[in-house]
Amino acid sequence: MNIGLTLFGQSLVFLIFVAFCMKYVWPFLKSAMAERRQSIAEGLAAAEEAERKLGEAKSGAEEELVKARAEAAQIIEQARQRSNQMIEDAKGEARAEGERLIEAARSEIDQEINRARESLRRQVAALALQGAEKVLEERIDQSRHDRMLERLAAEL
Amino acid sequence: MASAEAQTGTEYIRHHLTNLTYGQHPDGTWGIAQTAEEAGAMGFWSVHVDSMAWSIGLGLVFLGLFRRAARHATAGVPGGLQNFVEIIVEFIDETVESIFSHKNDLIAPLALTIFVWVFLMNLMDLVPVDWVPELAKLFGVHYMKIVPSTDPNITMAMALSVFVLILYYSVKCKGLGGFLAELSFHPFPWKPLAPVNFMLEFVTLVAKPLSLGLRLFGNLYAGEMIFVLIALMFSAGFVFALAGGVFQFVWAAFHLIVITLQAFVFAVLTVVYLAQAHETEEH
Repeated sequence: MNIGLTLFGQSLVFLIFVAFCMKYVWPFLKSAMAERRQSIAEGLAAAEEAERKLGEAKSGAEEELVKARAEAAQIIEQARQRSNQMIEDAKGEARAEGERLIEAARSEIDQEINRARESLRRQVAALALQGAEKVLEERIDQSRHDRMLERLAAEL
Repeated sequence: MASAEAQTGTEYIRHHLTNLTYGQHPDGTWGIAQTAEEAGAMGFWSVHVDSMAWSIGLGLVFLGLFRRAARHATAGVPGGLQNFVEIIVEFIDETVESIFSHKNDLIAPLALTIFVWVFLMNLMDLVPVDWVPELAKLFGVHYMKIVPSTDPNITMAMALSVFVLILYYSVKCKGLGGFLAELSFHPFPWKPLAPVNFMLEFVTLVAKPLSLGLRLFGNLYAGEMIFVLIALMFSAGFVFALAGGVFQFVWAAFHLIVITLQAFVFAVLTVVYLAQAHETEEH
């Protein structure tokens, strides 16, 4: 238990060990730890940022969805109106067409009636002329009688 | 235990408290001391081979382990060794930061070295007292103290190294005049009392390394002594041996706290003293 040279030996060793620790151990461990702390902090910040962005995107999507839904409703409404309109138009057109057809048919009938009346008149005139010829058994001046016959035909 | 049968209790204890000493014999030749008396007669010019070997070995274990971790240190996911080392580094770093507010890159590594190294030296105290000495005896080595911190040379060497650092930083930060002024004008800031102040402060200053080194030595030496006394019980009959076993367990469990605490106290006081050395303002 003497104090001896051990004292100096140990002092020397101690200083060498401290120097070694200071130069080759501590800085590496500290820098690695600091770096990791930094990267963890960055990771956490990035995660927070991403979460914030996700929230933003979600609310944006929600907005878009609402807008799209409104637009779709509007389009459907327009389409319905348009189809109603088309049906109305078609109905009107069909009605007009029908009326036109009826009108045409009516005028044709009228024409037919007139034509029939005309031919009937002509036939009656001829028949009357024939009857008169037979009754009178005489030559009749065609032109004089025509006038008379026309008057007769007009009376019919 | 085994050797105790052939020895008296006193001899057994004495054997356990003698270092393997290399020095000059009275006849002028150099060699290993064969007896405690021979070792004592070698005086100052002798080296405790066992203390030096174990302390250097344990220091290398510490540096090897931490250097390994430092070399493979990554900012990514740390492995087991790195985790373990980082816990200690973080602990020391936080402790130093809370005490030492100046800028000095030496302090934290110094505290780490002291804490881990002293802890490892103290840890040797938990190895049963006869294992290594008996093993050494098989190889013809008669004395083997495996706990370097029970050797005052070792603890005082570290304390004096710290003392040198205290003086160095005191002079560096305050200037030689400032340092002397600090010693002379406290605690009584009155010029005629400067010599008294100086004496008081000088004693305080010198007490720092003395208390630092002797505290560690005293605690560990006492602990070791109790382990040796407990070991003595093993050769005193069945009942005593049984009681000794229980005592040894209890004391080892208690000592586990002591050795950690002592290592921590040594490191923290070193930082505190050095922080005082850096303190430049009047207080």
